[in-house]
Amino acid sequence: MSAYGTGRRASWVRDLAMGVRFAAGGGREGWIRTALTALGVGLGVVLLLGAASVPHIMENRQQRSDARLPAGSSAQPAPSARTLVVTATDTTYRGDHISGLTLRPDGPAPARPPGVAEVPGPGEMVVSPALKDLLGSPEGALLRERLPFKTVGTIGAPGLRGPGELVYYAGRTAFPAGHTGDRITGFGQNTGTDPMPPLLVLLIIVACVVLLMPVAIFIATAVRFGGERRDRRLAALRLVGADSAMARRMAAGEALFGALCGLALGGALFLALRQLAGLVTVWDINAFPADVTPVPALAALVLTAVPVLAVAVTFVALRGVAIEPLGVVRNAEGRRRRLWWRLPLPFAGAALLLLSGGPQADGTLPHTNWITGGAVLFLIGITVLLPWLVEAAVARLRGGPVPWQLATRRLQLSSGAAVRAVSGITVAVAGAIALQLFFAAVQGEFVWSTGQDSGRAQLDVSLPAKDVATLRRMTGEFRATQGVRGVIATINGTAYGPGSQRDEGHIPTTPVTVGDCAALRELAHTGPCRAGDVFVAKEGSGMVVGADAGSSARPGARVVFHIDAATGEPAGRTRPWTVPESAREVRSRPDPMGRPDFGIFATPGALDPAALADPSARALIRVDPRVPDAAEHVRNTAARLDPMADVHALQDFSRDSQFASVRTGLLVGSTVTLALIAASMLVSTLEQLRERRRLLSVLMAFGTRRATLAWSVLWQTAVPVALGLALSVVGGIGLGIVLLRLVGRPVLTWSVIWPPVAAGAALVVLVTALSLPPLWRMMRPDGLRTE
Amino acid sequence: MSIGHTLLGLLESGPRHGYDLKRAFDEHFGHDRPLHYGQVYSTMSRLLKNGLVEVDAVETGAGPERKRYAITDAGVTDVAQWLARPEKPEPYLQSTLYTKVVLALMTGRNAAELLDTQRAEHLRLMRGLTERKRGGDLADQLICDHALFHLDADLRWLELTAARLDKLAETVAA
Amino acid sequence: MTPPGALIEASALRKAYGPTPALDGADFSIHPGEVVAVMGPSGSGKSTLLHCLAGIIGPDSGTIRYDGRDLTVLRDGERSALRRAEFGFVFQFGQLVPELTCAENVALPLRLNGVRRTEAERQAQEWLERLEVDEVAGKRPGEVSGGQGQRVAVARALVSRPRVVFADEPTGALDSLNGERVMDLLTDAARASGTAVVLVTHEARVAAYSDREVVVRDGVAREVAAAA
Repeated sequence: MSAYGTGRRASWVRDLAMGVRFAAGGGREGWIRTALTALGVGLGVVLLLGAASVPHIMENRQQRSDARLPAGSSAQPAPSARTLVVTATDTTYRGDHISGLTLRPDGPAPARPPGVAEVPGPGEMVVSPALKDLLGSPEGALLRERLPFKTVGTIGAPGLRGPGELVYYAGRTAFPAGHTGDRITGFGQNTGTDPMPPLLVLLIIVACVVLLMPVAIFIATAVRFGGERRDRRLAALRLVGADSAMARRMAAGEALFGALCGLALGGALFLALRQLAGLVTVWDINAFPADVTPVPALAALVLTAVPVLAVAVTFVALRGVAIEPLGVVRNAEGRRRRLWWRLPLPFAGAALLLLSGGPQADGTLPHTNWITGGAVLFLIGITVLLPWLVEAAVARLRGGPVPWQLATRRLQLSSGAAVRAVSGITVAVAGAIALQLFFAAVQGEFVWSTGQDSGRAQLDVSLPAKDVATLRRMTGEFRATQGVRGVIATINGTAYGPGSQRDEGHIPTTPVTVGDCAALRELAHTGPCRAGDVFVAKEGSGMVVGADAGSSARPGARVVFHIDAATGEPAGRTRPWTVPESAREVRSRPDPMGRPDFGIFATPGALDPAALADPSARALIRVDPRVPDAAEHVRNTAARLDPMADVHALQDFSRDSQFASVRTGLLVGSTVTLALIAASMLVSTLEQLRERRRLLSVLMAFGTRRATLAWSVLWQTAVPVALGLALSVVGGIGLGIVLLRLVGRPVLTWSVIWPPVAAGAALVVLVTALSLPPLWRMMRPDGLRTE
Repeated sequence: MSIGHTLLGLLESGPRHGYDLKRAFDEHFGHDRPLHYGQVYSTMSRLLKNGLVEVDAVETGAGPERKRYAITDAGVTDVAQWLARPEKPEPYLQSTLYTKVVLALMTGRNAAELLDTQRAEHLRLMRGLTERKRGGDLADQLICDHALFHLDADLRWLELTAARLDKLAETVAA
Repeated sequence: MTPPGALIEASALRKAYGPTPALDGADFSIHPGEVVAVMGPSGSGKSTLLHCLAGIIGPDSGTIRYDGRDLTVLRDGERSALRRAEFGFVFQFGQLVPELTCAENVALPLRLNGVRRTEAERQAQEWLERLEVDEVAGKRPGEVSGGQGQRVAVARALVSRPRVVFADEPTGALDSLNGERVMDLLTDAARASGTAVVLVTHEARVAAYSDREVVVRDGVAREVAAAA
């Protein structure tokens, strides 16, 4: 028995090795086929290894990000030789975020941020290599104005999340007025990862399954590139005495060789491409080549799964094929594909998903394995349903115009290759639809309207102005800035009822806003306004307690601007101010930031802002969208006025950045997947055309129009794709419903179904268009020549 | 097969003694049936009488009389006509056809032309047989098939031989 | 010298594939309803001659007149249309569309000419009956014997009632009996409908079905008159 076992094993090894030799020694054509397979498998392997590296990338980024966080500020440390005072001076340049930290050492031996050799002295800065490049290039000219520091060094890799990150540390002897900063003892905190919402984790799991399954299917398709022709050569081996099982094993060996070449190619490509990792930024993430290292277990899985897949796929593909000594007999009628074992799979997957229970009330996501398994099972179910569906649907097609007849008959005879190529689309589209449905339903939680109106103003700047003169000067500076169309500048303070807290137990307070008429008009429906006017603005929505403000904000009310925080009594030097009887009561309107303002609105002629205690000033700036870099000029002006000014760009919508990156990732992934599928469909179409070169020549001799054959190629691609898309729409909606039920949001947004379907249709057109030139070439009469 | 035409053809490449003629004939055509001297002399005397050959020289000495024969112009014409005339297609024609092909080559004539002429003649007969077969009963069909296959075999053999000898002639000429 | 009234008349055809001349000044003519065998050894240019005559390939030089029209000046689309409408083809093998049934294969030329499907398949059925292969009408080419397949191919060549059928070694892959059957049926049907047949073959027994033969040797076609 064991001798038999060893013999069997030996013959397996021998036949597989023989197949490998055939693949390697198959002449030019053999090499082309092997190269195609290797390329296909290689591309798939690159994607898989890349995916397997993502945990490492994220982990390393997080670690380095933690390592540079200022530490000790919450403990209020006493100044020492090691401590420094820091304040974040992040900025934005042409949409790119620049992390900045301004440092003021307390002593001679300040703690150094990671990757920084020496803390920059006053007026100096160290920058990341990417920022250095930016500052050194013509594109960085405007940014150089904003960062008037001398670059004295670069930040090393340990201090950067990725090679493309824009970071600087600047040194100062003193902070500008109004900025205190935090005193810290060093850098590095263990924040622990911000736990992702379970909804997102669920999304990511499903997205990974959806994106990687087509890759697996693509690899499975690639190992059979040109397989039908190879099988025919094996018939010659049957003739010299190989038995049927040996022939199959040799076919598997040939596929194995291609897959192994693909693994090698994929590995090499991966190593080469990861050197470029720093040049590519996906979802605001880029990585050091060293970060792009696959998790060993996942890499091992890829390395073993690909060859096994190659052998398994060959055996499955050869099931309905008999390699006879005199040729390959395709079991035309063959076994009909059965529905009974295919149909339960998606349902089992759905059941598994539902049984996992989804995210719990306590914010955890138990049973992630069930979710992964369920999604995989569901999508595999869709994949195995497709061959049955195509066979069943095509079998009923009769007649029609000649191209249609040629295409459907062809599919009736053998739909295997077409289906293999299409199953990738089916999974990708079904998954994409399910995820899009899911996105549409949950995006309310991740995307919200900010209430900001970027039509009225685009930038919001806090100014260090304390008096009208400074405010006027600064406003003037902004107005003079290139691309600025308008500035709404105000000084804000607080007015207190002088009656103090005797009666109500607290002091009635009201906001005070001082600005010119143009500015006040943006904040309230002032009606006619002249310098010297005062208004009392009521917030119409009832969002703010008006009654409280009412006592201090009404015409004729007496208010004070300085109070003693401890007693609530008017502070020493303050003089009460009376709201003029002439003040009109008006309705306020939300400012461009969407905030409702109310209280006392005064023009500078009526109230000197110098009277306000601890006033703050801000400017809302409107820029000309046609002037390039207008926003950058404004930021530069702001930085000149106050190096630590915070400039905020108004956005109508805000979306959770994690959510946004998952969505972007999905889009990128689907694009790559669809491109891979297009490639595999193209190859299988070309293979098939090449196999029929002689027949095409004969049809050409008959005077068949080119258009007739072109249409038949189109239909031949379109019919399985259409069926695949139909299946994926049904499956995608099914999976979407299951996922939504899982998170308790059974709302379907039908419109999201169309983009993936349109992408699939575009794919058909593309593949057909690309296969036409070879088709024309093969329709030449050369195929008729036998001599 | 015409021994007279064959001997005439052999003479076309140059005068020969009767003994040489016999040897040349046996060498090229007489594999299973060598020629008797008697056949040579009786044939030569018939050809002499018809003016197709002439006696070129007579050597006397020991042994038999040795006449050297040469072909006349009339003889050359006769050979040419014979070669150009297709044989009536019939089974077991190959020895004649073979002789014709070899002689054509030996005398520098075009074997392909001879073949084409002969094929046309064969095909003429084969068309007739094919026609008869299509209209006839089973017996007719069997008989016609028998003849057709033999004629076909003749032609194929002739084609093969011509192809081979053409090649041979090329190598000789080269 | 071609007699008047020729259907196809070609003269001084030259065609080279790379440096090798396949046709080197070939002449040819065929009359309506005539069956002409094109004979010659392998590589002599027989098939190239047939491809040129049928307008499948254009000769490098020389003229081909079909029914008064010069084929060599027609554009590709016009030649295709001509082949669709007026010519039929039978090849040695690999000519039936494997996924169509035999009846659909026969109907194909009609359908390419715009005949409705039901009508085309009715006529196809008639031709299959005429060639005594109506029992394979619903089968695919892979499921029928070589002889049956070739008869289906003949039916397909004749179904559009062409004026010329070009047959390139139509019996090359068949045994004697099947080959004869195919030739019987092809020439009978062609004669009955007045269709001319250009029959490329290297077999004398097949050529014996022709009215006359043309020999191609080294790219030159010659007609050898048989001694009457």
